[in-house]
Amino acid sequence: MSADFDVRHTAHLARLELSEAEAAKFQSQLSQILSYVEQLKEVDVSGVDPTAQTAHTVNVFRQDAEREWFTSEQALANAPRQANHLFIVPKVIE
Amino acid sequence: MATRYIPTIGLEVHVQLKTRSKMFCGCPVEYGAEPNSHTCPVCLGYPGALPVMNETALRMTALTGLMLNCKIAEVCKFDRKNYFYPDMPKNYQISQYDRPICEEGGVPLHDLAYPKDAQKAIQHPGKIVKLVRIHLEEDVAKSTHFETSTGIDFNRAGTPLMEIVSEPDIDSPEEAFAYLSALQQILVYGGVSDADMEKGQMRCDCNVSVRPEGTTELGTKIEIKNMNTISGVRRALAFEIERQIEVLSKGGSLAQETRRWDDGLGQTSLMRIKESAHDYRYFPEPDLLPVDTRVFMEEVRKQRPELPAEKRERFVQSYGITDYDAAVLAADRALADYFELAARGTSKPKALANWILNDLLSALSDAGETIRECRVTAAQLAALLSIIDSGTINAGQGKAVFADMLRTGKDATVIVEEKGLKQESDLGAIEALCQKSIDANPKAVEEYRGGKTASINFLKGQVMKLSQGKANPAIVGEILARLLG
Ligand SMILES: [Zn+2]
Repeated sequence: MSADFDVRHTAHLARLELSEAEAAKFQSQLSQILSYVEQLKEVDVSGVDPTAQTAHTVNVFRQDAEREWFTSEQALANAPRQANHLFIVPKVIE
Repeated sequence: MATRYIPTIGLEVHVQLKTRSKMFCGCPVEYGAEPNSHTCPVCLGYPGALPVMNETALRMTALTGLMLNCKIAEVCKFDRKNYFYPDMPKNYQISQYDRPICEEGGVPLHDLAYPKDAQKAIQHPGKIVKLVRIHLEEDVAKSTHFETSTGIDFNRAGTPLMEIVSEPDIDSPEEAFAYLSALQQILVYGGVSDADMEKGQMRCDCNVSVRPEGTTELGTKIEIKNMNTISGVRRALAFEIERQIEVLSKGGSLAQETRRWDDGLGQTSLMRIKESAHDYRYFPEPDLLPVDTRVFMEEVRKQRPELPAEKRERFVQSYGITDYDAAVLAADRALADYFELAARGTSKPKALANWILNDLLSALSDAGETIRECRVTAAQLAALLSIIDSGTINAGQGKAVFADMLRTGKDATVIVEEKGLKQESDLGAIEALCQKSIDANPKAVEEYRGGKTASINFLKGQVMKLSQGKANPAIVGEILARLLG
């Protein structure tokens, strides 16, 4: 799998523009990382249920109660551009 | 001969849940607030801020699943859907990918859910449109597009959003209309959403394709976005089906694309071509633990309300009203509750249903009001019916009293008293009037005695006139019959 790793595709998904030199460098570095992780495949996990969690707990909920946090002025304090209490960004095409 | 084409439609419906706070933070959910005033580090996507699930939103989604006969997962989880767009500052949306909270189930389409002009010719009576799944996710911010820039309001970002995905099981624009109105009714019944499309509380994307009759492979799927009314969905689908058929029958081909509906122009137009399937790189949300629904399902089951179809059937059985009347009443939960409350105070539920569906509804629609704003309470309407029934006032007077009640909110008995409308039930006085009318109309009397029994109605009318409408018509009839006997 690591040999098929396509750094250009991954860069596109992350919206990163890479130079030729960067692409070559990250291709090799990320391939090495992937081969390192590949070693995990050697472990026998036939008796282990798949999971995405290791906390062994479920259901951490909050009650449906409101609380105020930011005012719109606070929310917009770091915005590079704002108008009428809105964050202003370059025009987005729907 | 021209090929016939069969349309296939699937709908994805997004529904805003009626919670007080957002899905993963305590910011208030409020429509129309000052932009960005309901925000915090979680819903603005600040690094390090951690989401915590709103239990009520999970319960509401499970309740929706119960109402739509879905399988409720014992354990479900949340995932990250990665994409880049300014309405999503984390660059991922928390959603559910492979383990949604509800699967399968369906939406039953009843006759009154169809558009009025299509109710006479329903293609598949009793159809249940199958669902794929219902999952829960966070809504994104609201974008407003200006000439050269876009404005973003994060008040909506992070509010709980339920996505209901149907199978491609819908065969016509009319069925899509019925699906959405039946679904909307159920959501309102369950109190999970107000489901008002014009307010964006219910949003719908349509997938539609056509294929030549007799073939099984589905045609090229086209998605239509930006619909904000149920009738708009019907019109958009009708337009789009016709457009696709026209392209194909001229030998053309269709590309997978997303189109937008313009209700003013009455047509769809190209938004974008789908070049490649999106790669959202879903992976389990590491900041949230899985949900074991079993801890709350017993309580959610108790919350399941009687649904419109069940109420309709019960109304027919317990009150003896017609199926049509029951259906109209059951279509609106507030109206159905009003009927049932009034029915407690009357022995004539059929007459009550007539009053509500004719007099009350037309008066409300003239005033542009809903049943919730009606000045006449259910108990007051029941009391009016009972004084009509007992003969204190006649039906014609009842209508006039009702009009006054709607205007003033006063009790029927008060209005009757004030206007001196009390029906004359003094037998002696009525008998005198009857005799007077017999004496004054010898021709009608002769006809009656000659076998033309309908002539008694003429005499009855004369008595009513003499009494200025106050005589009890039933008593007048009896006395006349006796005197003429
Ligand atoms: Zn927040």
